[in-house]
Amino acid sequence: MKTRYTSTAIALHWLIALGILASFSLGLYMTGLSLSPTKLKLYSWHKWAGVTLFVLIVVRLGWRLTHPAPALPDTMPPALRLAAGAAHWALYALMFAIPLSGWLMSSAKGFQTVWFGVLPLPDLLAKDAALGDTLQAVHEWLNYSLLGLVVLHSGAALKHHFIDRDSVLTRMLPRFRKA
Amino acid sequence: MTRNTPTHLALAATLALGLAGTAHAVEYGTLDTAASRVGFRYTQMGVTLDGQFKQFSAQLRFDPARPEAASTTVEVPLAGIDTGSPEGDDEVKAKTWFDTANHPVARFVSSAVKPLGNNRFEVSGELSIKGKRRPVSFPVTYTPGTPTATFTGTLPLRRGDFAIGEGDWASFDIVANNVEVAFHFVAKPLAQ
Repeated sequence: MKTRYTSTAIALHWLIALGILASFSLGLYMTGLSLSPTKLKLYSWHKWAGVTLFVLIVVRLGWRLTHPAPALPDTMPPALRLAAGAAHWALYALMFAIPLSGWLMSSAKGFQTVWFGVLPLPDLLAKDAALGDTLQAVHEWLNYSLLGLVVLHSGAALKHHFIDRDSVLTRMLPRFRKA
Repeated sequence: MTRNTPTHLALAATLALGLAGTAHAVEYGTLDTAASRVGFRYTQMGVTLDGQFKQFSAQLRFDPARPEAASTTVEVPLAGIDTGSPEGDDEVKAKTWFDTANHPVARFVSSAVKPLGNNRFEVSGELSIKGKRRPVSFPVTYTPGTPTATFTGTLPLRRGDFAIGEGDWASFDIVANNVEVAFHFVAKPLAQ
């Protein structure tokens, strides 16, 4: 019986966690700025980070679907195990939907997304100011939902580690072996 | 056979005169503003964006029989700019960009029109924006039509030449230096 996540899953988890933390903070900061070259630069960086995360998340979803997660401890009540599963799939759904909503919002607002200033992503929506505002609200609320779930997720991991004293947190930590 | 020749000559002469007369009769001079457009294309960190000038006027004289005598003056009141976002529209009116309070109008005045063949012409003249004047030349394509003719072309310019975007905006790594102004003018014949 597998007790740990694969190294690939662990690497993707922490890379994406770091990316989400950075682009979430950047998004929160940049929207409050008044128009300046810095603001335009940060928006571009945010969009490039979003596309990068979208690619990583698609890879991660593919990995997760072909490599089942290790089973949860038997000591967990069935209802809690069900809730943990639901929370994880909600996290995946949000990680997929958030960059997608940002891409669509950019198209509707008339600013195409060009990955690293080089690779243009197709505009899936035509320019439409009202739709752009709606998608902006959607993008924000999806992000606040993710924030809520990440707090729950981290809290649960810490509870497993410090209160239940099981391996639910450590099986997602990279193992540094001595050479 | 020989007795018919004078009739043929007369017919040919009449046709030739008629055609020559037609060519001289159409001189374009009135802009159909509703059907015409002046847009611009700029680049922001690799992203191409399109804008429009919602207000413009043009005086033009173009006789297809004497294109080298053609002339035009185009005026664009910059308050009517549409950069693609309301935030951008406010920003570019500021002193660092177009300074529309002191320089409300961009103007092009032609000085020479050179036929390039195939209804294409090179138009030269002076472009003035924000108090800066620069000689420019660009190709224009003429499409004959009844009753309106169209003149389309693209005028490439460097915003730095006209101090469009000063201070923090002067660097070209965020908003590129090269801007293309594309126009599509629909002209009606001059009243005879």
